[in-house]
Amino acid sequence: MLRDITLGQYYPSDSVIHRLDPRVKFVSTMVFIVSLFLFKGFTGYVLATIVLAAVIKISKVPFKFMVKGMKAILFILVITMLFNVFLTPGEVLAHWWIFKITREGIVLAVKMGIRLSYLIIGSSVMTLTTTPNQLTDGLERLLGPLKKIRVPVHEISMMMSIALRFIPILMEETDKIMKAQIARGADFESGNLIKKVKNMVPLLVPLFISAFRRANDLAMAMEARCYHGGEGRTQMKPLVYKRMDWVAYVLVLIYLLGCIALRIWGGMLP
Amino acid sequence: MLIELKDVTYTYSVGTVYEVNALEHANLSIEEGQFIGIIGHTGSGKSTLIQHFNGLVQPTSGQVLYEGQDIWGEGYNLRALRSNVGLVFQYPEHQLFEVDILSDVCFGPKNQGLNKAEAEERAREALTHVGIGEELYHKSPFELSGGQKRRVAIAGVLAMNPKVLILDEPTAGLDPKGRDEILDQIKYLHDTRGITILLVSHSMEDVARYAERLIVMNDAKVAFDDTPKAVFAHYKELEIMGLAAPQITYIMHALKRKGLAVDTAATTVEEAKKSILDALADRRKA
Repeated sequence: MLRDITLGQYYPSDSVIHRLDPRVKFVSTMVFIVSLFLFKGFTGYVLATIVLAAVIKISKVPFKFMVKGMKAILFILVITMLFNVFLTPGEVLAHWWIFKITREGIVLAVKMGIRLSYLIIGSSVMTLTTTPNQLTDGLERLLGPLKKIRVPVHEISMMMSIALRFIPILMEETDKIMKAQIARGADFESGNLIKKVKNMVPLLVPLFISAFRRANDLAMAMEARCYHGGEGRTQMKPLVYKRMDWVAYVLVLIYLLGCIALRIWGGMLP
Repeated sequence: MLIELKDVTYTYSVGTVYEVNALEHANLSIEEGQFIGIIGHTGSGKSTLIQHFNGLVQPTSGQVLYEGQDIWGEGYNLRALRSNVGLVFQYPEHQLFEVDILSDVCFGPKNQGLNKAEAEERAREALTHVGIGEELYHKSPFELSGGQKRRVAIAGVLAMNPKVLILDEPTAGLDPKGRDEILDQIKYLHDTRGITILLVSHSMEDVARYAERLIVMNDAKVAFDDTPKAVFAHYKELEIMGLAAPQITYIMHALKRKGLAVDTAATTVEEAKKSILDALADRRKA
């Protein structure tokens, strides 16, 4: 159920991708997502597919896990594709009542479908190979320059890492409370929508109370260790670029240039 | 035979890197009216084991039988089973959610299909059994002390009139007084209502005092299943598992080594006292 969402779930393994600096992975993912929307022709998609497949292969994460994240957006994906199929003007292939299926619509829907799926798989690769802590560390460093314009970068990243840290805890807690109430005869499955929502009360009330209790405890523990925000705070494992990271940056740059080249001169290819 | 586990294995996260066996080839039978202690260190599979008894988790392989029927068989009524096998989780006070104590305890009986009056009668009975007085019935659960909250939560399960009551570390985090009160009340329920009790605990002293049968879990397997005296005789092996026999067992073994003819099977202070006095009297005679 809740466990189906792979986004934000780390898959431990020892690969080159796992060892890369989180900043590199973050920037690369951004570049990859942008590149998906750069392509015009199908040649670009072939390139993206090859790159994505290669990265997944190197990361040593089973493909099954990448696809798991797709389940969550399946609904959005289907809706988007349907809209594209029916609402794109062009050469009509089939006609039924007010719906028209056009050639252009099908092509666009397929492109959109591929784009959205690759977007999710691409970001899954990042979250599966990077621990949440690394991810927020990387983000804090990347957003560092924003401190100049008084954006509380450290606070934001601390909030993010705490939120990420709490997801599995709250999931476990939900599981536990759910089981405890089922043991008392609670029913979370049958009934109509209103009844189902009502039946959630015995789950939600204890869950909220426990979330507040945990937040309170954590705040207390942080204060007891003299936490007072980002000012003058050092890190136990500061992020340092290694040679591998620079190589990765160069590869990403080459990929980006390739995509731009395809966009500009792609029309000349068959 | 009330509950029977036949070669039950349970595996978490099948097919991923996180795959781990929480229970391996467990064979157990629970007889009606027994008071059973279950011990094992953290992660030994105790919690997984007890969740099999009322069908909260489905075994990866093997069978769970209740009164001879396979609970995972076609068309078996699991909700009815859960009325018969009550399970009190660790820190049960975390599951309280109603505005007052009485309605929280009524939650279980109401789910069994009883009407308001019947449910309330059951709730009152259960609350009396755990020693919660009438003056607290209409207080919010969050106004109570830790020990009181826990007793209310136990009453919430008790009000369903289960034949079997399973308690997962009901004394965790309580002070000695609260601990003794809860354990004495459980003992009282066992003696007066004839409920079969399964008590999960860390404390050897507690299980030695109350349980007539002891199941020791280690590394996802049932390591021992015998009377407490017989289990504590293996105190060296228990230590390897990260557990320990009651302190009395150690004293008695030490006295025996020093040449005093005491009974090393004594597990409680009273038994030990008697055995030591007897041994001293014998020695004087000789």
